[in-house]
Amino acid sequence: MSSDPYAQNPELERIIPARRRGRHLAPRSLSKSTGAIALVLLWWLATTYGWISEDIFPSPQTLWQTFLDLVNGGELGDALMLSLERVVIGFGFGFVTGVGLALISGLFRLGEDIVDAPMQMARTLPWAGLIPLLIIWLGIDETPKITLVAFAVTFPLYINTFAGIRNVDKTLVEVAHTLNFGRAALIFQVILPGALPNLLVGLRYSLGSAWLALVFAETVNAQGGLGYLITHAREVYRVDIIILCLAIYALLGLSADLIVRLLEKLLLSWRQSFDGA
Amino acid sequence: MLSSEKARHSLAVSVRGLTRRFGERLVIDALDLDIKRGEFVALLGASGCGKSTLLRILADLDHEIEGDVRVSPRRGVAFQSPRLFPWKRVWNNVVTGLREGRDRTHADAALTEVGLAHRGDAWPKDLSGGEAQRASLARALVRNPDLLLLDEPFGSLDALTRLKAQALVADLWQKHRQAVLLVTHDVEEALLLADRVVVMRDGTVAHEIVVDLPRPRSPSERQFGRLRLQLLDWLGVVETTPPASRSPSLISQISDGH
Ligand SMILES: Nc1ncnc2c1ncn2[C@@H]1O[C@H](COP(=O)(O)OP(=O)(O)OP(=O)(O)O)[C@@H](O)[C@H]1O
Ligand SMILES: [Mg+2]
Repeated sequence: MSSDPYAQNPELERIIPARRRGRHLAPRSLSKSTGAIALVLLWWLATTYGWISEDIFPSPQTLWQTFLDLVNGGELGDALMLSLERVVIGFGFGFVTGVGLALISGLFRLGEDIVDAPMQMARTLPWAGLIPLLIIWLGIDETPKITLVAFAVTFPLYINTFAGIRNVDKTLVEVAHTLNFGRAALIFQVILPGALPNLLVGLRYSLGSAWLALVFAETVNAQGGLGYLITHAREVYRVDIIILCLAIYALLGLSADLIVRLLEKLLLSWRQSFDGA
Repeated sequence: MLSSEKARHSLAVSVRGLTRRFGERLVIDALDLDIKRGEFVALLGASGCGKSTLLRILADLDHEIEGDVRVSPRRGVAFQSPRLFPWKRVWNNVVTGLREGRDRTHADAALTEVGLAHRGDAWPKDLSGGEAQRASLARALVRNPDLLLLDEPFGSLDALTRLKAQALVADLWQKHRQAVLLVTHDVEEALLLADRVVVMRDGTVAHEIVVDLPRPRSPSERQFGRLRLQLLDWLGVVETTPPASRSPSLISQISDGH
């Protein structure tokens, strides 16, 4: 017996324990933020050393000062609240419509015949192009903005939830049948949980579209809100305010994404799926 | 007339002239089968001969059939694969769909019966193959059915766990006396558990044998060995090794698909 079996069996492959495999790498949270930190650093360098003019792209310091000014003046808080309110209300309407219609066409053959074809047609409409029409129909107050957000939210949710319902494992529906599930139990205990992974994908997309729709609606037809702040800033050539508002849009989008991730963690812990190597 | 009415009354399953086609292919062909209330029937047959198809029909899952099929309304089914709801914890999987007693204590009692009480809080994805199958068995049993339809419920159990599970089913059957239709590839399992063994071939019941042995049974009894040889012969398995030296089960020889 040799102390090193490898010498005698060179054709054997070593299976490396996971802990050792990643020993020299930084923790996950650090490796995740490396890219972002590098970008900010580059930005800071480019503006401080005058590679880019401050008129075109303000430095981090300037942006921070603008942020403080707007916060202290109260403009930012008001605009943010107004924008958030529009998104939340629009999203609420869109969610109910999208998921509701997906349930109707996902669960019932007749529902599919009636609902699905119009939805697929309406889906191809570029919703941003609806703005002029919405203004004419609904005026210039809150309604057209909320409608646009709802419209943008409805379709990703509808498409994904519908696909999710139709992807539910047939064998589990059979089990439900052998266990004498009623219609409600079948829907709430089998079909909806089975469609949930897809629904959450739809949720993610739709939150993205919600912000996008809001930006469109607010910049075209502005009466308060972050978009109004941007349009106003354009008129007075305040690049810093525009970029700040865009950054805030991005952050809001990011936090929406985080919320969905959290939901996935909470609601899909039963799932066995590939998390990436 | 009266006597046949009465006979029907004491049945858990009554099948007459059942035919099932998949396209042109005749999988079940004018099959007749009766199972009395409280009777334990084992169904043997080569892989792909239509055992699961028959079971699905009896479980009210397949209606593309011809013929007259009647079954007890209170059925428990355990499929060939466990088919647990992945989004329900194991205990919740067991009691789901129950009209009453959909609580943890009831679930734990059922899980204890299949030796799985310690895994009640797990997600199905974290169960081993055999554990999942036992959970699925518990789910079928907890409903206290008049008819148990079991499709190879011990298929993926190791030899020892399989023996325990067989003893468990035997116990539960002694206690509750429900009618059982057990699909299996294991001739010994069939002979250990069943009152009657039915061999399916060419889409119909080709042979059947009444197992008139006292329980608990043991494979070492002479009569047991004789029935075993008979069944193996019907299944087309040629036994070459003498009984003394053969492995505990013959599953691998009988099934070519599993
Ligand atoms: N939905 C289907 N469509 C077409 N053919 C099918 C379908 N379901 C089953 N079959 C065929 O019917 C035959 C019987 O299938 P079944 O599942 O009943 O076999 P089995 O006796 O249970 O086999 P095993 O012991 O391998 O589980 C097989 O040849 C199978 O390919
Ligand atoms: Mg089968």
